[in-house]
Amino acid sequence: MNQEKRKFPIWSWIWFILGAIYFLVPLYATLRHSLRMERDVIGFKAYVRAFEDPNFLQTFFLSNMLAVATIIASIILIVPTAYWIRLRLPQARRITEFITLMPFVIPAIILVFGLIRVYSAPIGIPFTDIAFLQPLTTTHFGTYILITAGYMVLAMPYMYRSVDTGMRTVDIRTLTEAAQSLGAGWFTIVTQVILPNIRSALLSGALLTFAIVVGEVTLASFLGVDAFGPYLFLIGQHKAYEPAALSFVTFLLTWFAMGVIQLVTGGQGQTAGAH
Amino acid sequence: MAQNSLSLPQSAKEPSNLKNWFGVTPFFLFAILFIALPSFYLVEGSFINQDGHFTLQNYIDLFTTPTIVEAYKLSIKISAATAIGGGIFGFLLAYAITVGGLPNSLRSALITFSGVASNFAGVPLAFAFIATLGRRGFVTLLLKDNFGWDLYRAGFDLYTFWGLTAIYMFFQFPLMVLVMVPALDGLKKEWREAAENLGATQFQYWMRIAMPVLLPSILGAMILLFGNAFGAYATAYALTGGRLGIITIQIGAQIRGDVLHNPGLGYAMAMGMVIIMAVSLAGYSWLQKVSERWLR
Repeated sequence: MNQEKRKFPIWSWIWFILGAIYFLVPLYATLRHSLRMERDVIGFKAYVRAFEDPNFLQTFFLSNMLAVATIIASIILIVPTAYWIRLRLPQARRITEFITLMPFVIPAIILVFGLIRVYSAPIGIPFTDIAFLQPLTTTHFGTYILITAGYMVLAMPYMYRSVDTGMRTVDIRTLTEAAQSLGAGWFTIVTQVILPNIRSALLSGALLTFAIVVGEVTLASFLGVDAFGPYLFLIGQHKAYEPAALSFVTFLLTWFAMGVIQLVTGGQGQTAGAH
Repeated sequence: MAQNSLSLPQSAKEPSNLKNWFGVTPFFLFAILFIALPSFYLVEGSFINQDGHFTLQNYIDLFTTPTIVEAYKLSIKISAATAIGGGIFGFLLAYAITVGGLPNSLRSALITFSGVASNFAGVPLAFAFIATLGRRGFVTLLLKDNFGWDLYRAGFDLYTFWGLTAIYMFFQFPLMVLVMVPALDGLKKEWREAAENLGATQFQYWMRIAMPVLLPSILGAMILLFGNAFGAYATAYALTGGRLGIITIQIGAQIRGDVLHNPGLGYAMAMGMVIIMAVSLAGYSWLQKVSERWLR
């Protein structure tokens, strides 16, 4: 290491600058394009037009709602599971981790293929005519449930890993014992003791989920949900400047989410050292 | 959840009792309903012919239907190109910000960038590249007006293999950076010092010590990138509207309307993809285990 620090790391700088160019030029080009809706004038007209479209507001709102629903449902499903596995069921760790990695084997396009095949027909008890679940894809509400479940699957690797890492850094066993000796029940322990202690892990898992869900297009378009992703695709087909404006906004949102994650996980490392 | 006050948990010694498994029932139920069941239906469908009988014909057709074979080939080509290209470039970047001697502020900037870029895919990414490398894109015009170099006349086209490769690189190399930084951080200073004390040159140190230690992680990460590109759908769809026949686009067409005129073949096509993804994930985790022997 010494040897390389002594002289100016010319190659490192070259790689870094090339990387920066690859990263920044498309963003600059998008921004530049989005500001040129009016001839010879640099202005925000494309942004104003894009935000004025009621369909934008509607689809963007829906995507945010789906993201929130996914995050809440994921936390309810994953936090008790990860907690229980750490505390009482370490033998379930391997299989659970395996399951959470499934989205890397079953990409969104395959997942939606399977979901449509299963949930667009009534599910009944085999060899009888009794259906205990009507097709989910025929109602709005059913479709929302289905797409939220799909998003939970896609977000699972990130959510589970965040939560599990968060639990590793706090001593959940001691916390549990302390809470139990004060007479707390399981529900109280999870909601009042465990959740607050892993909040920065939850936040980073939630923001990653948010980044995945808000612009997602595969599940939304095949399930026929009027979310932001399909909307952006649609206006891209017949408008020139608004899509660039919205793409840039999406990028800023992603950056915001990742910046906050960096901030909270960085901060967590420092406070963990201070304890 | 039961509100019973259990005795102090000592699960390490405690024999695994059935009651403990109840705690994870909701999770497994969810996994069965939304992962296992959909997968099972696809597997099942792939073994059924149009008359509803068991068949292996769908899997044979997979290798004899030209559009499907071409789609797999194109997907594999793009995924391999971006995995190798993105892998090498990402490794060099990760090298630059870890042992390469760049200031620490650049390191955290690049890691945040990489987090953003590896998550910035799909429709917005396609639009960003149309604004950059499309026929009237910023870089295309820049090269044409200032250097007289017409990319499109030189054979480049954003809506083909090269275009999609350029776009995928945008999320591929940042992912490589994120995977490789911890591995490069794991190189021990003592190894380099020991090598230097024994008179090794920089080159010898890298070829004989650092590279052999890093190689499993590099290969593993490249396999991860391969799978990452192989499963991508939205970016290609947003770019070409389904004209570039990679495998995910073909599967999408099959879902929208039975373009193959054989649902079973469609399911087999999906299963072929799952198998390739599963093999790459297995390869990745195996190489990850090998590399952990030295790093960390």
